[in-house]
Amino acid sequence: MTNEELKLFLSEKFPSLIIEEGNEWLTYYTEANEWKLLANELCSNISLQFNFLFCLTCIDWKTHLTMVYHLTSTTFKHTVVIKSKLNKENPEIETVCNIWRTAEFHEREVYDLFGVKFLNHPDLRRLLLTDDWKGHPLLKDYEDPINMIKL
Amino acid sequence: MNENETITQSEIFPGVVHPTAGGGILVSSIDDVVNWARSNSLWPLVFGTSCCAIEMMSTASAKYDWSRFGFEVARATPRQADVIIIAGTIVNKMAPVLKRLYDQMADPKWVIAMGACATSGGPFFYNTYSVVKGADHVIPVDVYIAGCPPRPEALLHALITLQQKIKSGLTREQIRSGV
Repeated sequence: MTNEELKLFLSEKFPSLIIEEGNEWLTYYTEANEWKLLANELCSNISLQFNFLFCLTCIDWKTHLTMVYHLTSTTFKHTVVIKSKLNKENPEIETVCNIWRTAEFHEREVYDLFGVKFLNHPDLRRLLLTDDWKGHPLLKDYEDPINMIKL
Repeated sequence: MNENETITQSEIFPGVVHPTAGGGILVSSIDDVVNWARSNSLWPLVFGTSCCAIEMMSTASAKYDWSRFGFEVARATPRQADVIIIAGTIVNKMAPVLKRLYDQMADPKWVIAMGACATSGGPFFYNTYSVVKGADHVIPVDVYIAGCPPRPEALLHALITLQQKIKSGLTREQIRSGV
């Protein structure tokens, strides 16, 4: 599907999605509690077939966190970006590692560096840092007086 | 005679040949000959932690070809390497590995810190939790190279500088104190 066709299809199928204009890829915001259902549909819908999660990351905006999922279809070659806002105090979102297996490690990485809790993740441990590490270093308010030289 | 004048002192063989009937007698000192031999066959360790390693590989390949200066035998084991080129960022996780590699190298051994990260942490100096602010916090460094990453010419220059240092026969401390 072209971006325009995709836009029409998605806005019809998921009326609660909020589009974000001005991006290279078609970008939508979803509520964190609706994400799992949406993800299931994006992957399994016969005319969408987003079968490849090629990027999963998180952004710290100081006021809130944003989860970002880049999805593409190896059959139709179309791409969509789904974002979801999480609150800073207790960031939680449903895991998608049973839909896209690659998410298992990526979610562990995001948990490690941002502290996002992925609900129902099979093995949510730190990935890169040591197990006894305190805090989540990619958060903007992370402090480490020993290793960090502040500018 | 004119040709010889263009060659600097460090590049020629250390010693004087006294011609005699049926050959000649070479007068030199063992230290000078050993240093000359060492400096012309430095075996680097295969060690690269980030983008500087790409420049190092380029220096090794046909276009720049560091084997012209005696560096062609890159070794994948520290037991057989003479010089370690720290080509890239050293993070806290890598620091003990680097220390162990250096300890496993047989004496005499030399270290080149290639690029901004290995020299000082470079672009990762401020606001990072994971980067060692200069590889000389972990192991002693003989030659530093500026750049991010340095061009192959800069690495060749560093290698030649290291050769001159070895040929001069002085230790790091002697050079610093200006003996």
